[in-house]
Amino acid sequence: MSIEVRHIHKSFGPVHANNDISLKFDDGRIYGILGENGAGKSTLMKILSGFYLPDSGEIFVDGKPVHYTDPQGAIEAGIGMLQQDPLDIGPFTVLENFVYGRPDGALPDWQAAREQLQQLSARFHFDLNPDVTIERLSIGQRQQLEIIRLLALGVRVLILDEPTTGISALQKSVLFGSLKRLAKEDGLTVLFVSHKLEDVLELCDEVAVLRLGRLVGQAKLPVTTDELVAMMFGQELAPPSHEKVAPGDVVLEVRDLTVASHRVTVEGLNLQIRAGEVVGLAGLDGSGQELLMRASVGLLKPLKGRVLINGQDMTGRPFRAFLEAGVGFGAAGRLEEGLVSGLTLTEHFALVDPEQRAWIDWERARAVTEERINHYNIYGRPDSPIETLSGGNQQRVLMALMPSSPHILVLEHPTRGLDVESARWIWEQILARRSEGTAVLFTSADLDEIMTYSDRILVFYAGQVTEVTEPESTTVEELGHLIGGQGIRKEAAA
Amino acid sequence: MDELARILGSIVSNATPLVIASIGETITERVGVVNLSLDGSIALAAMVGFVTAYLSGNALLGLLAGTVIGMLIALLIVVANIELKQDQVAVGFVLTLLAADLAQFLGQDYTRIPGPTFPTVPIPVLADVPFLGQIFFRHNLLVYFSFVLLFGTWFVMYRTRYGLALRAVGERPATAFARGTNVNRTRYFYTAVGGAMVGLAGASYALAIKPGWANPPVMRGDGWIALAIVIFGGWHPFRVAFGAYLFAGLRALASTIQQQTDLPLVLVNAVPWVLMILTLLLVSGGFVERLIRVAPGPVQRVLRNFLRSEPPAALGAEFSRE
Repeated sequence: MSIEVRHIHKSFGPVHANNDISLKFDDGRIYGILGENGAGKSTLMKILSGFYLPDSGEIFVDGKPVHYTDPQGAIEAGIGMLQQDPLDIGPFTVLENFVYGRPDGALPDWQAAREQLQQLSARFHFDLNPDVTIERLSIGQRQQLEIIRLLALGVRVLILDEPTTGISALQKSVLFGSLKRLAKEDGLTVLFVSHKLEDVLELCDEVAVLRLGRLVGQAKLPVTTDELVAMMFGQELAPPSHEKVAPGDVVLEVRDLTVASHRVTVEGLNLQIRAGEVVGLAGLDGSGQELLMRASVGLLKPLKGRVLINGQDMTGRPFRAFLEAGVGFGAAGRLEEGLVSGLTLTEHFALVDPEQRAWIDWERARAVTEERINHYNIYGRPDSPIETLSGGNQQRVLMALMPSSPHILVLEHPTRGLDVESARWIWEQILARRSEGTAVLFTSADLDEIMTYSDRILVFYAGQVTEVTEPESTTVEELGHLIGGQGIRKEAAA
Repeated sequence: MDELARILGSIVSNATPLVIASIGETITERVGVVNLSLDGSIALAAMVGFVTAYLSGNALLGLLAGTVIGMLIALLIVVANIELKQDQVAVGFVLTLLAADLAQFLGQDYTRIPGPTFPTVPIPVLADVPFLGQIFFRHNLLVYFSFVLLFGTWFVMYRTRYGLALRAVGERPATAFARGTNVNRTRYFYTAVGGAMVGLAGASYALAIKPGWANPPVMRGDGWIALAIVIFGGWHPFRVAFGAYLFAGLRALASTIQQQTDLPLVLVNAVPWVLMILTLLLVSGGFVERLIRVAPGPVQRVLRNFLRSEPPAALGAEFSRE
């Protein structure tokens, strides 16, 4: 089924999210929809799938104009969308979720639905037990369920919004395999929204690139990454230059550290980080790296061992004492731990004002906020509630809130969910502080990021730590083996 | 044996208004609306139900009147929430006080006089089953209605597409919308149904379980108990009904203790509450999880689903598109 949009406009207040977009998608092909955060890709997809109504413009299915006003109508027109956070119901079983929304009578045919569910999951090698509740599934499994649910409803155009965020490598290859089959064997039109260039290059037949609400480019693959980046940002981006800084005094030291969660234990770890050093922690989620991070900033009490900041024993001291000792911490959950949902930017900056006075000088707080907004290039106003900012801008605020010259920055996934340009900007800020002698300890799921910026790498596997002292002479493949638990002994360094 | 059956039978009968009210509230909360007005609306429904029955000489008409009162109060809450963007808890709480005072004021001329009631109607054949017949099948129509309501609610909730929509709206309205459910209309409908059950429960006190009307009303406090039972029952009809019967049983136990000892009345009246809290701790603690782990795999899953006690995720939350 081919689908075409003509002259789509959509505004949210002053933001022109979609500005005169016209595009055509043919059946049997996979299209990558690219653009940085806030480029308008999700808006366009939500218009196609009936979640938003366009301000003006038309949608054509197989050349005929269609009009629908809600997601149900879009599905009836053959267009279904898998949201980044799959729209399902946590306490429902897989089967209940599969059935809910089907045009059955009062009593659904549970047995027929169960058989259809099992057939479809078998066809795509999905791992779905009909009787398990959604709460017990991974994001990848929830995506799988949404896909076969939409297929069972007869959808001919499948839209996926950032589906590779938060799923395992195996689930990703299963997902890509099934999307290819759906396009080639069943002739479905697949629209794949992503900011991960490598995913788009691997999967798609064509790309359409949006920037600031406009369609700025279309291309048939293969094209090079550089060309895509040039289309997305109007220029080619090199990673910010980073020269090694001669290491100074030891800033952070852990001695014989033992930390544990209910899943994993890190035992007897010794580590020194010197001023101006960047240390990257690699490993699958939950391999122990987050325990080291949290112990280093006083958020997790070690079972054994010491934590020293600038030679001073900080073991067991509260988080606040670590902050006062010059530690800056950026949590992975931006809205959960780093920022306060519901507070405005001004309120955030007032909260971290070094002069802790009882009465807030709002004028001064506002002035500080405006200065930071300019300096950090944040897309938002002093009175914008923080949750209305995009992920990239939230991360900028988080950076702006940190002390300006800490002794050490401890950053969990500093660029997670950010587009290339935002990520590059964040690293410029981090490296600027490093050149003033700040040490950096960070985690990332992106191996390229770890390889690019680290002076040393610690690889975590099930609580075991392997140190890579020469990232320059290590390949991503070697690192990948270490993360998977292979070659721990062989590669082990002092 | 006969004595035991008689006691259990009276517990089933006495628990009936609690069963009906707490299942009504379960329906309402499952769709995402808190009807906090229970204690007041039960009293007002009882008063209006009694007076209507007394003046018309028709118990069924009284029951209908009480049902309508409960439904109207519940609708006030949901209208205030959806149309006027008012907080459900605040509106519900004010309505509790208002309805309770109205009941006392309007009912003051009708206290302690006899009126029509629902007679006991033994069910043929079943009533003669030894032991069980005495417990379950020699009651008035309202008790039988509570049985039907219990199984009917469970069936609709877990076996029909309407039940899927009902639960989805209370859990994640955005998903319900995406699946073609009209979120606000669903909330109106099931809040009205749940409120009607609360009103029916109120009228059933005055017309069957504790006939008549009194100032202060005999059932004062039962509305709050019903709200607690919904939580105790983890928003699942069977567990909620179990909670209602358990509470009625504890109450019967307390009154027996009181008759046979000279413990202070206040102390004895507190016994059901204390036992309820202990049961709640037992149910929600790690004890149950340990019990579940002993069970074989498939049974574990059924048990876990049955014993989950998370409130509906969108309880009290407004929904608007985008």
